[in-house]
Amino acid sequence: MTAVTDEPDVTDLPEDLLDADGARIQSTSGLGVFATLRRGIEISPEITRGLWVTLGLASLAATGRVVVPLAVQQTIDVGILTEGGPDAGRVALLASLAAGALVLAALCAALVNVRLFRSAEAGLATLRIKAFRHVHDLSTLTQNTERRGALVSRVTNDVDTVSLFVQWGGIMLLVSVLQVLVATGLMLVYSPILTAVVWISFVPMFLVIRYGQKYVNRAYTLVRERVGAMLGAISESVVGAETVRAYGVAERTGRRIGGAVEETRSAQARSQVLVAATFSSGVLISNLVLAVVVVVGSLLGVGGGLTAGQLVAFLFLVQLFTGPVQMATEILNELQNAVAGWRRVIAVIETPVQVAEKPGAVTQRRGPAHVTLRDVRFSYPSGPEVLHGVTLDLPPRTKVAVVGQTGSGKTTIAKLVTRLMDPTSGVVELDGVDLRDLAFASLRERVVLVPQEGFLFDGTVLDNAAYGLRGVSTGPTSETGSTRRDASTGAEAETRSGASTGREAETRAAVEAAFAELGLSDWVADLPDGLETEVGQRGEALSAGERQLVAIARAYLAQPDLLVLDEATSAVDPATEVRIARALDSLTAGRSTITIAHRLSTAEASDLVVVVDQGHVAEVGPHAELAAADGIYSQMHASWMAQTR
Amino acid sequence: MALTGSRVRRSMAVMWRGMRSHPGTYALAVGASGLFGALTVGVSRAVGWATDSVVVPAIAGDAAARDRIWLGGLVLAAVAVTLALSVAGRRIWAGFGYVHIQADHRTALTRQYLRLPVSWHRAHPAGQLLNHTTSDTEAATGVFNPLPFALGVVVMIGVSVVMLLMIDPWLALAALAIIPVTVAVNAVYQRHMSPAVTRAQRLRGDVADVAHESFEAALLVKALGTEDREESRFGGRTQELRAANVRVGIVRSLFDPVIQTLPAVGTLLVLGIGTWRISTGDVAPGDIVTAAYLLTMMTVPVQAFGWVLGELPRALVGYERIAQVVDATGALAYGDARLPRTRGQAGLSVRLDDVGVDVPAISGALGRSITLLDGVDVEVEPGATVAVVGTTGSGKTTLVSLLARLSDPTRGRVLLDGVDARTLADGEIPAQVALVTQSTFIFEDTVRSNVTLADAGAEGAPSDDEVWEALRLARLEETVRDLAGGLDAPLGERGANLSGGQRQRLAIARALVRGPRLLVLDDATSAVDPRVEQEILRGVADRADERAADQADDDRADDDRADGDRAGDGGRDPRPGTTVIMVAYRMSSVALADRVIHVEGGRVVDTGTHDELMARDPGYRALATAYEAETERREKERADEAAAGVLDDELEEVAR
Repeated sequence: MTAVTDEPDVTDLPEDLLDADGARIQSTSGLGVFATLRRGIEISPEITRGLWVTLGLASLAATGRVVVPLAVQQTIDVGILTEGGPDAGRVALLASLAAGALVLAALCAALVNVRLFRSAEAGLATLRIKAFRHVHDLSTLTQNTERRGALVSRVTNDVDTVSLFVQWGGIMLLVSVLQVLVATGLMLVYSPILTAVVWISFVPMFLVIRYGQKYVNRAYTLVRERVGAMLGAISESVVGAETVRAYGVAERTGRRIGGAVEETRSAQARSQVLVAATFSSGVLISNLVLAVVVVVGSLLGVGGGLTAGQLVAFLFLVQLFTGPVQMATEILNELQNAVAGWRRVIAVIETPVQVAEKPGAVTQRRGPAHVTLRDVRFSYPSGPEVLHGVTLDLPPRTKVAVVGQTGSGKTTIAKLVTRLMDPTSGVVELDGVDLRDLAFASLRERVVLVPQEGFLFDGTVLDNAAYGLRGVSTGPTSETGSTRRDASTGAEAETRSGASTGREAETRAAVEAAFAELGLSDWVADLPDGLETEVGQRGEALSAGERQLVAIARAYLAQPDLLVLDEATSAVDPATEVRIARALDSLTAGRSTITIAHRLSTAEASDLVVVVDQGHVAEVGPHAELAAADGIYSQMHASWMAQTR
Repeated sequence: MALTGSRVRRSMAVMWRGMRSHPGTYALAVGASGLFGALTVGVSRAVGWATDSVVVPAIAGDAAARDRIWLGGLVLAAVAVTLALSVAGRRIWAGFGYVHIQADHRTALTRQYLRLPVSWHRAHPAGQLLNHTTSDTEAATGVFNPLPFALGVVVMIGVSVVMLLMIDPWLALAALAIIPVTVAVNAVYQRHMSPAVTRAQRLRGDVADVAHESFEAALLVKALGTEDREESRFGGRTQELRAANVRVGIVRSLFDPVIQTLPAVGTLLVLGIGTWRISTGDVAPGDIVTAAYLLTMMTVPVQAFGWVLGELPRALVGYERIAQVVDATGALAYGDARLPRTRGQAGLSVRLDDVGVDVPAISGALGRSITLLDGVDVEVEPGATVAVVGTTGSGKTTLVSLLARLSDPTRGRVLLDGVDARTLADGEIPAQVALVTQSTFIFEDTVRSNVTLADAGAEGAPSDDEVWEALRLARLEETVRDLAGGLDAPLGERGANLSGGQRQRLAIARALVRGPRLLVLDDATSAVDPRVEQEILRGVADRADERAADQADDDRADDDRADGDRAGDGGRDPRPGTTVIMVAYRMSSVALADRVIHVEGGRVVDTGTHDELMARDPGYRALATAYEAETERREKERADEAAAGVLDDELEEVAR
């Protein structure tokens, strides 16, 4: 066990583990091997569940492993090679004893394996889920610091890396140590001096392993990183399939992926060489020990301290000793691989959540939403300030339109009002409460953002719209493609459908009503399969405009007090847009909307227009007033009027 | 790469194909393993020799033997070094083979991802595709770790068996009795393991799929506050995977101890049978010792076979999952036709000849298909600017994506410069047609790379001047100049640090820098300010003119013709510059077009100039005047309200 070092092995960790914005997901955590194991077990306590029983059973299995060769040896020595011919009775007795031990050991081993699989898998499932949840809890800015494909590798492949060690390695390491101890005890019976010689001979090996493990760890860490990078590259080529084809850059994309594959290969090859080197140095020393024992033992024997029979028996025991030692080097290598993967998952879990819920956060009552911004400033991490002291009062039951040029800070305001980000300074309040003091559950119930690019899950239009429904456990949650593709076994499906038909019908009715109220029934009717139309991966079977329609229905079904629409109808045709705007007008009575739009038709229909210009609020007032005044808005509106006709 | 035949046959094929693809590496790995086998025997022989001719006589007092003690040590040490080297060689080459085959699978998979059409990608979750390159690849190759070991020691096992037979057939029989048992145990194992592993691998893919989709949807999840729901969705899949993995684990947990115990059982059998054979006087006690010893030595090699057998089901499942992708058909076929590249005629002519597009319905009756486009006839002369107008969902996107050949029509033909798009050589269309899609995909790379989509300095890559020019036309020049690093500024994944409008403008620059002969804009400026949009579209049109003029300067004959056209039409139309086809909603953009195509329900309703359509196409009129009508309606409403207010006041007064 001396081989395990407790110092951070990855010396070239980035120093800015928490850089100025503290928002990056680190490639790997800086924990040492022991600290990683401790932290890993802390995150997934299931791993050590029932460990003592398992360990007891494992000891029995290990003892069996030592007993059998000894029994064979004894059978030969005292049963077969005895003076006066073989003793059949004795052979039978010893052989059946050995067989009994064998069966017992095998049973224990099987039991140990099953127990380990259960606890390891339970622990790893927890690890996956915790890491997955943490990714969603991170702020949008932090999420954007890591490629999605690489993030996926953290909850899939990196966790898988841990599994092998947790399933076999941990316990085998302990069992090997146990075997070494048993063998040492037996060796001591024959010759304490030779036993000391054996142990001393293994000292260089412990040193080699201790030294080598550091490199093995680095090599494995590099492999994990390269695999993550490779998945990032592949994910781009898959998600960007349309772009790759439209611009005919498949060859270059292929070359770049090829590069990532090659880098992974070379990192893997390097780790294989290092693992082979440590392992074979273990083999070398084990066999050299044999030579040393022969020489030292003979010299001792010549000196009269040992009989030839004792030495021969001792040589046999040395082999029982070196087996588990070699096994242990193998497991230690496996441990380094697990630690490399574990660290990457832990790095995700330990990334600080910047936009977090405060302890004792307030839950608000539903009702008309009153939004206030007080001297709000915002700058992106290591970027210039984009909002320079915005103060706004948006009274309840108001339809607000935020207009301004691209890059003026409109979207930033939307993200601050929905608390996707926190202001650098200043306060955003909802009904007089700082958003930072509000419970997320309460905030998200009251305030919903419809982002510009309507992301849809792989599933039907119905599933996706129903995703907005509160307190409904069906919808895409259990209805997305993956689940349906799975085609759960007949019986399971039946029991489920029986219980949920009523709820499904309810959901369907609610979705149908929403589309009708938004004036989109015609559009739904024209879809190939109506509400059952499959939208494909990321909704790409629909056009961008159609995705926006579903996204609006989805947000509409969430029934928020404040709906923030960020260019949510930018890809929709004017007639449909006007229809939706009108529907939202009549239906959001009593509710507030903040609409960010280029198309000034929205501003015309609003109660209050906010003009943002280069990070400042330039003008605020009703449409008619601003249009009449000689300011930015009147210019914008005049040019809009000119464009529409 | 698909496999046929029985499971045994397919399993063998997986192993054989893998090794055949890297013969050198496997020759070395198996060779080193064979050497290892021989040296394992060598070590025991050396220990035996040292015991018999050095240790025992030396301790017994033989002076000559005493002098040989150091020699004995050296011989043992030499064997140890060679043995360690053979182990290192075996491990290294086996490891190389393993990573090479993994890289091969990954290359084959990702090439196929790039080859298969967009429609295939819509039906295959990104998470699954990622999982093929990790988990399935690892599953398919796991067997290659113990394989060289097992193969290398085949000789050793063979020699041992022959030696056993030479000692005594009965003893050999006792020792070999474990072979049929192993085969039987393995058959049971494979039968239980295959479905369990199949399910586990599929669930692994599903978990990756949910994770990928959910992370892609991260913004939406936040916006709606559905983190709990996503967690339970992912948690559900993960727990299913856990159960499946435990199931795999249980089968494996029972199999492994049995396989590991069998050699020891064989040894005990040999001892039992051996005692009987000694009693009948057929063998000497020493023979039993040798036989038992041979069996002990065979334990590890036999276990290596156990490992191979244990990994086989996973290998087969992983391989077959990969094969499904690698064998997938549907990649667009290319012809060898080339588009004419006459220098004077910059614009590409486009004709859609009775085009129809059907897609198979995913739900509903099997074999049912849905018509997205039908009977579309369109003709666009070189250099024209054409606007495609229609309501959301009318088929505009389907129509324009045919022009860049993102897919092929089910019926009819798409002709570019009179050549059927399907007969054109690979790379020919992207070289001349640039499609800017509705949603822009930004690669995690620099601004320059995102515009050029080429490696810096690569042959034919646009120069920085050309990139700046494209950025200028896309009205993104200033934004990029303000970025720290300019063209070298990194853009986050999916362009997270750009606004929607900026992303769209970058995509336009990406298209313009290629100097396409046909520019297709699929509502590519929806997130751009109307004013900027106007500038961009006018810029594109002007540049098309300039290019035409430049090229005309180079080529007198064509110049005359182009000038003649210009003079003849007395204006910009028809321009011999880039042909532009744009899906547009804003009337100001439509006004820039020479001609408008109105699409509804997958059919072309009418074609003509804006004014013509306004006059005769009520559907078009409704779209074009939607905002105006709405403004008017709203004003009227307000007036009515005011009037009603006045009326109410008056009524109140009257009532008083």
